[in-house]
Amino acid sequence: MTDLNYLGLSKPRKLMYRTKRGFRNSGKAIKKFFRSIPTKISEIFHKFISSFSVVGDAMLYGDWKTKLSFIIFGFGNISRGQLLRGFLFLVYEIVFILYMVFFGGGYLAKFGTLGTVTTITDENGFVIPGDDSFNILLYSVMTILVIGCTLYVWFQSIKQAYSVQEMTEINKKLSKGRDDLINLGNRYYHTTLLALPMFGLVCFTIIPLIFMIFVAFTNYNTQHLPPERLFTWVGFENFGTVLNGGGIGGGNSARFTYTFWALLGWTLLWAVLATFTNFIIGMVIAVVINKKGLKLKKFWRTILVITIAVPQFVSLLLMNKMLQDNGIYNQLLMAMGLEPIGFLTDPIIAKITVVVVNLWIGVPYTVLSSTGILMNIPDDLYEAAKIDGANPYRMFTSITLPYMLFVMTPSLITTFVGNINNFNIIYLLTGGGPKLDPNMMSSAGQTDLLITWLYNLTVTEQSYDMASVIGILIFIICAVFSLIFYSRSNSLKNEEDFQ
Amino acid sequence: MTMSRKVGVRARRHIVNGIIYIFLTILSIIWIFPFVYIFVQSIRGDTTGIALTFFPEGFNYTLNNYVNLFTDHLYSFGTWYANTLIIALMTTVVQTILVLMTAYTLSRLRFKGRKGIMKLMLILGMFPGFLGMICIYRILQAAGLQSSVFGLFLVYIAGSAMNYYISKGFFDTIPRSLDEAALIDGANRNTVFWKIIIPLSKPIVVYTVLTAFLAPWGDFMMASYLVGRGAQTSYTVAIGLRQFVQPTLAASYFTRFCAGGIFVSIPIVILFFFLQRYYVEGVTGGAVKG
Repeated sequence: MTDLNYLGLSKPRKLMYRTKRGFRNSGKAIKKFFRSIPTKISEIFHKFISSFSVVGDAMLYGDWKTKLSFIIFGFGNISRGQLLRGFLFLVYEIVFILYMVFFGGGYLAKFGTLGTVTTITDENGFVIPGDDSFNILLYSVMTILVIGCTLYVWFQSIKQAYSVQEMTEINKKLSKGRDDLINLGNRYYHTTLLALPMFGLVCFTIIPLIFMIFVAFTNYNTQHLPPERLFTWVGFENFGTVLNGGGIGGGNSARFTYTFWALLGWTLLWAVLATFTNFIIGMVIAVVINKKGLKLKKFWRTILVITIAVPQFVSLLLMNKMLQDNGIYNQLLMAMGLEPIGFLTDPIIAKITVVVVNLWIGVPYTVLSSTGILMNIPDDLYEAAKIDGANPYRMFTSITLPYMLFVMTPSLITTFVGNINNFNIIYLLTGGGPKLDPNMMSSAGQTDLLITWLYNLTVTEQSYDMASVIGILIFIICAVFSLIFYSRSNSLKNEEDFQ
Repeated sequence: MTMSRKVGVRARRHIVNGIIYIFLTILSIIWIFPFVYIFVQSIRGDTTGIALTFFPEGFNYTLNNYVNLFTDHLYSFGTWYANTLIIALMTTVVQTILVLMTAYTLSRLRFKGRKGIMKLMLILGMFPGFLGMICIYRILQAAGLQSSVFGLFLVYIAGSAMNYYISKGFFDTIPRSLDEAALIDGANRNTVFWKIIIPLSKPIVVYTVLTAFLAPWGDFMMASYLVGRGAQTSYTVAIGLRQFVQPTLAASYFTRFCAGGIFVSIPIVILFFFLQRYYVEGVTGGAVKG
C-alpha cells in the first residue's frame, strides 16, 4: 500500500491497517531492537563519560574552595553562602563515613567469601557467634547501593561547587536555603513527590531483588543454612542444574532439569490458553449482551459482575472442594447417571479444569472492561458494513475484533505476564497436583506453574538458590514477551487517529 | 411479497434473540451455581463433612455457622477479619496517595531520569513478586516486624509506585493548558496537583482506591509467607479460611468456611455497588492511552 492510498483511508481503516501491519512487523522490530543494543550502550557510555567532564573542569579551573569540595562535600556551597545545601552535603558525607566504618565496611569486606567462621556452641554451652552469610550478602548489597548513591552525591557536590564558583564570578545571585525549600513545591516538585514511593521501592523491592539475584549464584539451600552452616559462591552451577542437569550432577539434577522444562512448557501453554480464551469468550459474551434489541442487559451483566464480589481465594478454595472426586459436580454427574470425572486427579483433565475455572473467574472482568470499549466503536462502521452486505460474523471479525485488539493489547500483554505468574489459581485450586509423573521432583506436580514451584522451593524445600534461578528465568521469559510487545506497540504509538 | 419478507425477518430476529436468551440463561446458571452452593452450605445445619447433595437432606438450616465464626476462640475469625480490614484500609489510603503522586510526577513533570524510572519499574514488574520474599522477611525481622500486621502493611504499600501506569494514562488525557494557566496565575506545582488535577480525576482516584483495597483483601501468597507461619492472631482472612478447608479440618469446618466466604465478600459487594461505574471508566479510560 502506498502512502497516498493510506492517506485516502477512513480513520478506522487507517487504524486497522496499522494494527495489522504492527503484527506483521513484529519480527523485524525485535531484530531491530537487538541490533540497536550496541549503539545504545555506547550512547549511554558516552553520556556517562561526558557528564564527568564537569569533574575535569572543576579540577582544572576550580579555585581552592571548589577543589576542597572534592574531599569535603558541600564546602563550595558553604563557603559561598549556600548554607542549607552545603550542610546537607556535609551531613551526608559524615553519615556515610560513619556507616562505612561501623557497619557497611565490615560486611563488604567479607563479600568475597560470604563468611568463613561458623557459629559454634562450645562444650560449656556458650554460643560463639561467627559469620552469617545471609547478613553479609544482604548488607553488602545495601552497602553497594549506598556507595553508588555516594558517588552520585560526590559528583553533585563538585558540580554544584563549580557552578556556584562560576555564578559568583559573574556576580549572579545564588539561591538561598529558603528559596530551595519553596522550590520543593515547584521546581524540585518531582523529588518531593517521588521520594517516598522510591524509598519504599528500594527497600522492599530493589534490595531484595538484587539480593536474590546474587543468591542464584550461591549454594544457599537446606544444607547450607547460616549461621550454623554458611553458604558461598558457586558461580553458574545452579543454572547448569536447572537447564542442563545431565551434565553436572546427574541423578537428582537430571530430575530437576526434567521438571523445569515440563513446567516451563505447561506455564507457557497455560498463559496462552488462559489469556486468549478469556479474551475471546469474554468479548463474545460482551458483544452478545450488547446486541441491539436485547432486553435485561443490566441483569445479565450484573449476574456476571456478582462473581467478582467473592474474592478469588474463596472461590478457588470452594471450587477445589466442588471439583473433588466426591465433590458436588461429580455427585450431580452420578445423579444424572454419568461416570464421575477426575477433575483434579487426571493430569490432562486437571489442566483443562484449570483453564475452564480461570475462564469462570476471568470472563466477568473481560466483559466488564470490554463493554465500555464496545460502546465506543462508531456506529457508522457497522452501518457501512451492513450496506456492503456483511453478515454479523464478518462484522465481528473485521470490525469488532481488530478494534478490541487494538485497544486491549496493552492489557492483554499485562494479563499474559500476569498469567505466567498466576499463583492463586494453581496453588489454591489444584495445589499443583496431580503428582503422577515419576520423573518430576517431589516438590512439583503436573499443573504446577514455575511460580508455584518457586513458592514450594522457597517455603517447603528451602532451596533458595534454585528458587532464585527459577525466578530469574521467569523474569527472562516475561521480559522477552514484553519486549516483543513493546517493540510492536511502538508502531501503534501514534494514537491521534484513534482519538 | 414485501409483507411476507418483513414477517420473515422479524421471525428470524425472534429466533436469534431466543437462542441468545437461552445461551445467556445457561451462562448465568453456570456462573451463579457455585455462589448458590456456597450460600446454601453456609446455612446448612449438619456441619459434618462436605455435603453430597446440593440441598441438605431434610429442611435443616441454621445460622450457627455465622455465629460460630465469631464465638470460637480456637479459630477466631473476628480477629482475622479485623486484621485484614485494618491492613486493607490503611493500604488503600497510603497506596492511593503514593500511586497518584507517582503517576502525576511521571505524567506531568519533566526531569532528568524520568524515562529511566519508568523503565526501571517496567523491569522490576517482570520479576515474580514472591522472589524477594525471604529477604523481605529478614528485613522485617531486623525491624522486629516479622509475622505482624504492620509488617504486612509495609510490604503491601512499599511497591505502590509500580501501579502508576493506568493513572498516568488518565493524567495524560487532562490538558496541560490547565496546569499552565494555574502556574501563570501564581499557583505552585503542589497546589496544581492537589487542588486542580486530583479533583478532576475522580474516576481514576476511585479506580485506584478499588484496586488498592482489593489486592490486600484477597492476597494469599505474600500473607501466607509473612504472617501465615506466625501466631494465629496476626492471620488475615485468606490464611485463616484456608485452614478450614485443609484436609484435617475440612470435615467439620467446611460449612464455616462457606459462611466466612460470604462475610469476606460483603465489603467488596458494597464497594462495587457504589463504584462500579468508575471502575469501568478507569479500566477503559486509563488503558486506552499508553
